[in-house]
Amino acid sequence: MAKSAGIPFTTRWMPEIFGVGALIVAVAIFEALVQSGVVNRFIIPPPSDVFMAFERVVVEENILGRVRETAFEMTVAGVAVVIVGIPIGALLYRYALWRRALEDWIGALAAAPIVLAFPLFLVLFGRSPTTIIVMAFFHGLAPIILKTVEGLTATRKVLINVGRSLNMTSSQMFWKILFPSALPVIFTGIRLSWTFCLITVVGVEFLINLGGLGQLINDLAERYDLPGTYASICFVIFVSVLFFVILERIESWLQPAR
Amino acid sequence: MTSLSSETSLTGADPSKPSGSAPAMVIDDVVKRFGRGNDIVTAVDHVSFNVQQGEFVSVIGPSGCGKSTLFNIIGGLLGDYDGNVLIGDERISAPHPEVGMVFQEESTFPWRNVIDNVAFPLELQGVAKSERMDRAHHFIDMVGLANFEKNYPSQLSGGMKQRVSIARTLVSQPKILLMDEPFAALDEQTRLLLGDKITQIQQQLHQTTLLITHNLTEAVQLSDRIVVMTYRPGRVKRIVNIDLPRPRTSDVVGSDAFGHYVAEIWNDLREEASRGMADSETAASRRGAHG
Repeated sequence: MAKSAGIPFTTRWMPEIFGVGALIVAVAIFEALVQSGVVNRFIIPPPSDVFMAFERVVVEENILGRVRETAFEMTVAGVAVVIVGIPIGALLYRYALWRRALEDWIGALAAAPIVLAFPLFLVLFGRSPTTIIVMAFFHGLAPIILKTVEGLTATRKVLINVGRSLNMTSSQMFWKILFPSALPVIFTGIRLSWTFCLITVVGVEFLINLGGLGQLINDLAERYDLPGTYASICFVIFVSVLFFVILERIESWLQPAR
Repeated sequence: MTSLSSETSLTGADPSKPSGSAPAMVIDDVVKRFGRGNDIVTAVDHVSFNVQQGEFVSVIGPSGCGKSTLFNIIGGLLGDYDGNVLIGDERISAPHPEVGMVFQEESTFPWRNVIDNVAFPLELQGVAKSERMDRAHHFIDMVGLANFEKNYPSQLSGGMKQRVSIARTLVSQPKILLMDEPFAALDEQTRLLLGDKITQIQQQLHQTTLLITHNLTEAVQLSDRIVVMTYRPGRVKRIVNIDLPRPRTSDVVGSDAFGHYVAEIWNDLREEASRGMADSETAASRRGAHG
């Protein structure tokens, strides 16, 4: 507090001012391009129309319920990848044979277009939120596993030697040295995993026409309501920002030295 | 001032030390080889010396003389060796609770602030929070970081981080402090000032200390005795008594006696360092020929 009090206002808020300013300029350029006919308004609506569509989307399309539904599916899948992915990563770190055997396959899973396998998941779980959550879970699992292995493996040898010199048990070594040391890389994995989860949640909602924002985007696109479609996409961005702000808070709390 | 250097026997028996007191540590005929078949390299070859209670001993030698191997053996990080490293009657084959280790590389935990770093060993021992904070404060004061308890390592200089590591090692009050070139990454002035701090702490606590170093001035500034090692395989070439007055500060580096000790030990080391350098050059030219 005292520290920021000494910093001039423009210096303290310059990054935020610059960021918002850049967004406003980009929107204004788009508006000008569409209004002047350089960009076809039947492909990209003018940003002013998208802005005007917000009220309609909120009032007529039950946007809060849809945001809640998408956020719920995202939360379940996001928490599940953390609960399952980190222990799998820790096991792969602990057992080198498993790591050598499985790491490439997990890497391949990260790159696989799991969304395209939606018919299989529909058969297994029906046209329900479970299908969306399970698909998002599988798509988000690989990055967190790989980043957990990477973070644990990157622990500096001298820190492990400090632990050994203090006669630490394996459990103490993991919880007090390896895990905190790997945490920054694990958080990078969580960010990647959650990005994959959100893409899958919205994508599968869109494909199977079920649930939250993905279904709304599908509906509005089918109705050729382009301003409404883009306004709904803005709400997906809002959900994404919400999750990453929460993650940022958790990270600051767990890593005050960051 | 007595004679500039008095060479002791290789076991370190020293008439100037109280007779009858058992040494804090005995290193007896230690041998360590790496590799298999025709590729065996002897890193440490029949090394023997003692460290007396409260004594400051340095082991000095050129790069590749097995100093760090010896550090790892004494610290219990390398359990598979021939000969004996004894603390009392106990042979070291794993980290010993009475040996505290300070490493060459920066080894503070970046996710813990200074006081939590220093209190870490006590936390492992299950010491109550108020007591471990008191003890951590005491050792933080001792290394001169009293106003930095809440700082994180990323906010400290290299010398300050090493002082945190030293305080973290001292907080569990080990019988023997074992240090592997703790100031290697620091500039010369910081190194001299930290040397002062170490000397002051060692005198205050009567801390038995074994320092592994390749730095001549550091060894002479701090030590009661210096074990000079040969280049590969690492053997004890000579043990030199440093008869400089205590309490000692970095002012001692300006004295004639200090200069004589440095020159004398350098005479021993020069030949070994030259062999090491010749070996490195041969290896580099071989790599070049194959490349």
